[in-house]
Amino acid sequence: MSVAQAIAQNSTPLLEMRGISKSFPGVKALDSVDIALYPGTVTALIGENGAGKSTLVKILTGIYQPDGGEIIVEGEPVHFASAEAAIRNGITAIHQETVLFDELSVAENIFLGHAPRNRLGLINWGGMNARAAALLTSIDAPVSPYMRLKDLSIAQRHLVAIARALSVEARVVIMDEPTAALSYKEVEDLFRIIERLKRQGKAILFISHKFDEVYQIAERFAVFRDGRSIGAGLLAQTSQDEIVRMMVGRSVDHVFPKFDVAIGNTVLKVSGYSHPTEFNDISFELRRGEILGLYGLVGAGRSEFCQSLFGITHPSAGSLELEGRLIEIRSPADAVAAGIVYVPEERSRHGVVLQMPIFQNFTMATLGRTTRAGFLREAEEFALARRYAERLDLRAAALSVPVGTLSGGNQQKVVIGKWLAARPKVIILDEPTKGIDIGSKAAVHAFMSELAGEGLSVLMVSSELPEVLGMSDRVLVMREGRMAGIWKREELDAETLVRAATGNP
Amino acid sequence: MSRILKYRELLLLVINLVLIAAFSTRAPGFASPKSLANIFNDTSILIILALGQMAVLLTRSIDLSVAANLSFTGMAVAMLNSAHPEVPLPLLIAAALGIGAGLGAINGFMVWKIGIPAIVATLGTLTIYRGMAFVLSGGAWVNQTQMTQAFLNTPRMPVLGLPLLGWTAILVIAIIAIVFTRTIFGRSLYAAGGNPTAALYAGVDVGRTKFFAFMLSGALSGLCGYLWVSRYAVAYVDIAAGFELDTVAACVIGGISTLGGIGSVGGAVLGALFLGVIKNALPVIEISPFWQMAISGLVIIIAVLLNARQDRRKGRLILRDAAKSRSVRVATPVEGAAA
Repeated sequence: MSVAQAIAQNSTPLLEMRGISKSFPGVKALDSVDIALYPGTVTALIGENGAGKSTLVKILTGIYQPDGGEIIVEGEPVHFASAEAAIRNGITAIHQETVLFDELSVAENIFLGHAPRNRLGLINWGGMNARAAALLTSIDAPVSPYMRLKDLSIAQRHLVAIARALSVEARVVIMDEPTAALSYKEVEDLFRIIERLKRQGKAILFISHKFDEVYQIAERFAVFRDGRSIGAGLLAQTSQDEIVRMMVGRSVDHVFPKFDVAIGNTVLKVSGYSHPTEFNDISFELRRGEILGLYGLVGAGRSEFCQSLFGITHPSAGSLELEGRLIEIRSPADAVAAGIVYVPEERSRHGVVLQMPIFQNFTMATLGRTTRAGFLREAEEFALARRYAERLDLRAAALSVPVGTLSGGNQQKVVIGKWLAARPKVIILDEPTKGIDIGSKAAVHAFMSELAGEGLSVLMVSSELPEVLGMSDRVLVMREGRMAGIWKREELDAETLVRAATGNP
Repeated sequence: MSRILKYRELLLLVINLVLIAAFSTRAPGFASPKSLANIFNDTSILIILALGQMAVLLTRSIDLSVAANLSFTGMAVAMLNSAHPEVPLPLLIAAALGIGAGLGAINGFMVWKIGIPAIVATLGTLTIYRGMAFVLSGGAWVNQTQMTQAFLNTPRMPVLGLPLLGWTAILVIAIIAIVFTRTIFGRSLYAAGGNPTAALYAGVDVGRTKFFAFMLSGALSGLCGYLWVSRYAVAYVDIAAGFELDTVAACVIGGISTLGGIGSVGGAVLGALFLGVIKNALPVIEISPFWQMAISGLVIIIAVLLNARQDRRKGRLILRDAAKSRSVRVATPVEGAAA
C-alpha cells in the first residue's frame, strides 16, 4: 500500500459535504448527496452528464446556495454566501474552460482581484510579478509573468489557471475536466503538478470522464447518478466495471413512448463527413421513420457534426445524399429548403426570439409560405401558428404574447413547432429534453415517436442514456470526433454505450 | 408588437398631448391646428431620419453617418440643380435617394462583409461624408438664388393645410410601417436583432439584413438631404451637424431598444414628435434653446431607464419560477445552461 493510500484511508476529511440538496424549477439537481475530500488526496467525481457534478462544484465554490445540507471544513460548519467566501476558505476551482483575460499579463491574471498593494493602496507591481514568478516556478510552468495571456497555448493557460488557484492559499482545488483540451504530453505535465499539490497536503476534487486518467491520478472516488450519491470509496478496491455499473444502473421510472414504426428507405446518406478540428469520417444512413440516437460525451463533436449537416459550419470532406440525390448545404437556408431542420440545444440562445410574439416565432422559418406578393399575411401566420400550437399542446395566454413569457418546456414546443411548420424530411434534435421538466420531457418523447410514425427521420443527439436507450432505433456513438460504433436497438445496453463513449475497453 | 410597447406608445402620446396643452396655457394658439401642422412639418425631417435609424437599431447596429450623408447628398443635389436647372425635380429626388442609398450601402458593406462594428464604421463615414461634401463644393455655399423655384418651393406647397414636406413624412411613415410589419425584410430586421443566432438557424441572413437596413437608412438620409436644403434654402458643408444624435434620441425616447429587436414605427414617430414639440414650444414660452438640449438629454436618460426597467420586468417573467425557488442570486436557473 502506497503512502498516499495510507493517508487516504486514515486521515480525517479536510472538507465534507453532507446531505446537500439543490433544486431548480422542475429539476432536482442534487438530492442529499455526500462527498468527503481528504488532505493530500485526489478524489474523482464520476457521473454521467446531468448527474449533478457541475451543480456540486458551483455550490462548493459559492456560486449556488444549497437548499439543504451542510459543508464542513476541518470540523467547522461553514456557509459560502458568495464565490469570494469560498475563496477565503481556501477553495478554488479550475474550470473546464478557463476564465482568464486575454489582454492582461500572466501576473495580472494570477492576481486579479487580490493583487498585492503598496502603502499607498496601489498595486505593487514588483511584488506581484515576483510572487507570480515564484508560483509559476513551483509548478514548473515555463511561462513568464510578463507575457500576455493571448500569446500562450491552451496548456500554458491551464498552468496560469492553476497558479491563480494556488495564489489564494488554496486548501481544496477543484479541477473540472482539466484534461478535456490537453494533449497526452500536457496531461502528463498536469499530473505531475497534481502529484506536487498532493504532497503539499491539498485536497483535490478531480472531475473527468476518462477512466484511465481517474485510475492513474486519483485515490478515492464518488459516483453521482441523477443527483444522488451512488457510491464512494477507494479506487484500489473497486473495478472499472463496478464503477460503470454505478454510473448507469438505474431504476426505470420513466416508460418511453416508443412506437413500432415500419422503417422505410434511406432518406439521408452521410459519407465520410469530416471537419478540420471537430469530427472526422462520420458515415451513416438514416431511414424513413427511424430515430437514430447520437450518443457521446460532451465535447465528442456531436453538436458540431449536426451543425455542419445544417450548413452552419462547413465540412472539409464528405458528401451528403438526400433521397438518392447528392446535395450540398452551404447555409441553414439551404438545409431548410432541402428539408433538413435543426432544433438546437439551447432554446433561448439558438431557438427563439424571446421578445417576438409566439406566432411570429412559429412562422420564422416559413415566411415564404405566409407571404403573397411580398407581403406577410398575419391571418395566415396566426392560422399556421394555431395549428402547430394545438398539435403541440402549447400553453400560452395568447399567440401574440412574447415567447419570453413562456416556460422552458413551452418555449421548446415553439422551437419544434417552427421546424415542423417547415415540413421537413429530416429533423435533428439536439438534446431535446435538456433542462426541461419531467412532464414536458414525456410530451417531447411521445411527440418524437409520432413524428417517426409519420415517416420523418429523426437524428437525436442526447447525453441522457435512458433517453438514448428508450427512444432510438439505432445508436451512433461518437468519441473524440470519431465514430466509435453503431448499434441496433436489440443490441443496445447501457454499459456498451458508456464503454464506447469513454473509450473504456 | 407587444402589449407593453403599445402601452408605452400610448404613454408617449399622452405625454405629447399634455405638453401641448400645458404650453398652450402659456402661449395661446400653440395648440391651434395651424400651429400643430407647423410643428409636424418642422419635425418631418427628424421623423424620416429616425425611421431609417430605427431600421438600423433594430438589427443591433447604429448609423452615426445619417447627418453627414444628408449634408453630402443635399450639397450634391443643390449643386446639380444650380448647374443644370433643366433637370426635373423627380429626377433630382431620385438622385438624392440613390446617392443616399449608395452611401448607406458603403456602411452596410463594411458591417456585413468586413465585419467592422457599426458604431466604428459609421463614425468613420460620418467624417468622410462631410469631408466629401467639402471636397465637392470646395467649401462654397449654394444659395437660394442659385436654386430653381421648383426645387425650393415644392416641399413648401400646402395641401389641405399641411406643406408637402409634412405629407412626405406621412407617406414615408406609411411605407415604413408596412415594410416593417408586413414584409419578410421587416420581420428579418426584428429577428436579426432580437436573436441573431436564432435568426441564422431559421434561415435569415443576418448580415444581408443589416446591409439593407443601412441602405434604407442611407436612402432616407439622401431624401432628407434634398428636403433640408430646400427647406432652409441653402446648402453648405455643416448643415445638420450633430443631427444624427437627434435621430438616435428620437428612437430611444420612442422605445426602440439600442440592443436590437424591439421597437415600433409609432414609437419612433412619437419620439421624434416629442423632440419637435419641445423644440417648438420652448422659444414660444421664452426659454433658452440651451434648456431644450438639457431637457432632451434628461428625457433620453429617463427613456433609457424606462427601457431598462421594462427589460428587467421581462427578465423576471422568464425567471419567475427560479425566483420562487429562493435561488435569488442565481442568474442561470438550469444546470445544463451553464455546464
